Amino acid sequence: MEQTILEAKDINKYFHDPVTVQVLKNISFSIHKSEFASIIGKSGCGKSTLLYILSTMDTDYEGQLFIDGQAIRGKKEAELAFIRNEKIGFVFQFHYLLNEFSVLRNVMLPGLKLAKQSEKEIEHRAYEKLKILGIENEALKNPNQLSGGQKQRVAIARALINDPLIIMGDEPTGNLDKKNSQIVFAIFQELAEEYHQSLLIVTHDNSFAERTHRIIEMEDGSIIRM
Amino acid sequence: MNFKLIISVSRSLLMARLKQTLIAAVGVTFSITMFITLLSFMGGLNSMLDGLVLNRTPHVRLYNEILPAQHQPIDVSSDYQGDYNFVSSIKPKNERPDLRNSGAIIRTLRSDKRVLGVAPKINAQVFFNVGSIDLSGVVNGIDVEEENRLFTFSDYVIEGDYMDLKNTPNSIILGKGLADKMLASVGDVVQITTSRGERIQLKVVGYFQSGLQDIDKVQSYASLNTTQKMLGVPNSYITDLQVKLLDMNEAPAVAKEMQATFDVEAIDIQTANSQFETGSFVRTLISYAVGITLLVVAGFGIYNILNMMIYEKMDSIAILKATGFSGKDVNRIFITIAMTIGVVGGIFGLLFGLGLSAIIDQIPFDTQALPTIKTYPVNYNPKFYIIGGIFSLVTTYFAGYFPSRKASKVDPVVIIRGK
Ligand SMILES: Nc1ncnc2c1ncn2[C@@H]1O[C@H](COP(=O)(O)OP(=O)(O)OP(=O)(O)O)[C@@H](O)[C@H]1O
Ligand SMILES: [Mg+2]
Repeated sequence: MEQTILEAKDINKYFHDPVTVQVLKNISFSIHKSEFASIIGKSGCGKSTLLYILSTMDTDYEGQLFIDGQAIRGKKEAELAFIRNEKIGFVFQFHYLLNEFSVLRNVMLPGLKLAKQSEKEIEHRAYEKLKILGIENEALKNPNQLSGGQKQRVAIARALINDPLIIMGDEPTGNLDKKNSQIVFAIFQELAEEYHQSLLIVTHDNSFAERTHRIIEMEDGSIIRM
Repeated sequence: MNFKLIISVSRSLLMARLKQTLIAAVGVTFSITMFITLLSFMGGLNSMLDGLVLNRTPHVRLYNEILPAQHQPIDVSSDYQGDYNFVSSIKPKNERPDLRNSGAIIRTLRSDKRVLGVAPKINAQVFFNVGSIDLSGVVNGIDVEEENRLFTFSDYVIEGDYMDLKNTPNSIILGKGLADKMLASVGDVVQITTSRGERIQLKVVGYFQSGLQDIDKVQSYASLNTTQKMLGVPNSYITDLQVKLLDMNEAPAVAKEMQATFDVEAIDIQTANSQFETGSFVRTLISYAVGITLLVVAGFGIYNILNMMIYEKMDSIAILKATGFSGKDVNRIFITIAMTIGVVGGIFGLLFGLGLSAIIDQIPFDTQALPTIKTYPVNYNPKFYIIGGIFSLVTTYFAGYFPSRKASKVDPVVIIRGK
């Protein structure tokens, strides 16, 4: 049995505005090291909501969450920030790069925050990550000088900078055209196969989901297949 | 804590909104400049006005008040001890207004370590005879050298040499206003009638101008000897002793002590001139109030800028938090931005304030009333700069406090969902 890096136990989530609705119902599952999992399901079934909880950004839920064996519930905001910084890489539908910084600096920021290495080493690593994604030539540009697909690859490089335990993505290809989507998906596959990176990706594209190790399917806040 | 990173992020955010942050900083610069200039100018004005009176006022003045006796004979009588005694129309007995034993008092005072100097003085009420008209006035008999050492007498003598008072026998220096009334010029001889009816002629050797018209219209100066001769009194006759202390603040205590020791009246400068301190206090208060108001306005400028920046940078804040920056880090980033505006604006404000005060210091300020003042007075007290600097930091900190707190509370989920 492989090592479990993420485990959800009986997670329930309610929204109270305007009326109380339960959007997640008894979600329990776990992700192993080096696993490439995808989450699929109809729009509004609670995929994003689940991902925000798993990524520790949303703390308003019931149930238990373990990342790398640590119980997440009840931790302080600063501790959660540290866990996100060190163990989780997040890729959003929108790239969310900081336009005030160069591409390189954007990739470096989470590394500088973690500060486990010197700035020089972090810069070197950032270049390596950009190279994996094939955009090392854009390093010194400003994010708004890049195409949508390039931006999303920068965001993936940023997610990789601290060698996270797991990369989570909420429809990372949702905003891209077919060609760029394929490039990004190929990158995820490469990360999973060659670098044994654990990934948990929410997607609408069933053909992509088919090519992951494991599909978690949701319906109305519950997992119906995993 | 990773300050380098915080500062680098702050700087980038700041540079992205350079124009607005510059305007906010200029607001701080302007208010600190005005604050410093206002306080320096008011400070200069205060010390000038105070100096007008305080420099020439003894810290302690010893004199002999002519008062009715405190105890009437009936109080001593054993027959009426248990009664209330009312005596009406008590009059002082015929007593000379001079200080008894003045020589000994002067010697004692001069050996006191707290005392900078003692200038004896005779205060004589006289009439100046101009034709058939008598103008009432005062002749101050002074020890010329000591008066000059302690009260910078020469500063106020606008014509003639003050030392002539000592060197020329029977000489007098008239107040400018008095001389104008009498049409007396230097070299003329004026006739004076003392309160006992004796007439004496004195040669005018100069004018003085104190800056206070009421004084210049009635006062005049002569040497101790001349005055004593004029009054027909012995050499030991002194009506006032003007004591200058090393530390002015000791005056009330010293006055009390002298009053008891020498059995004379003693009044300290604080009691005699309390209204001047009130005036200075009010002027200073107004300067501070204006300065602080300006700073508060500048503070609102910073507050606005930061609020706007946070509103614009919601996405950036959300992503910083999603990638591992804590609320505290975000808070620090925005506080750093606020403080940078405050520090840079403040430093320039202090420099410009110094420059502007220096310029004011050069502007000619000629007034008849103030013979020693040639340009506008400015006080370069470092205290103003320290207070201005601290104020700029405190206001910018508070201006940044609430926006920064708001930024630190941004919920990344809400922002990311909102897209
Ligand atoms: N802040 C909120 N307040 C109330 N209800 C919410 C809130 N956010 C989401 N919901 C509801 O929760 C449910 C789950 O939303 P979620 O965004 O997780 O869906 P999703 O599976 O990611 O959908 P999609 O595929 O369209 O992104 C939806 O029905 C949505 O309307
Ligand atoms: Mg979603």
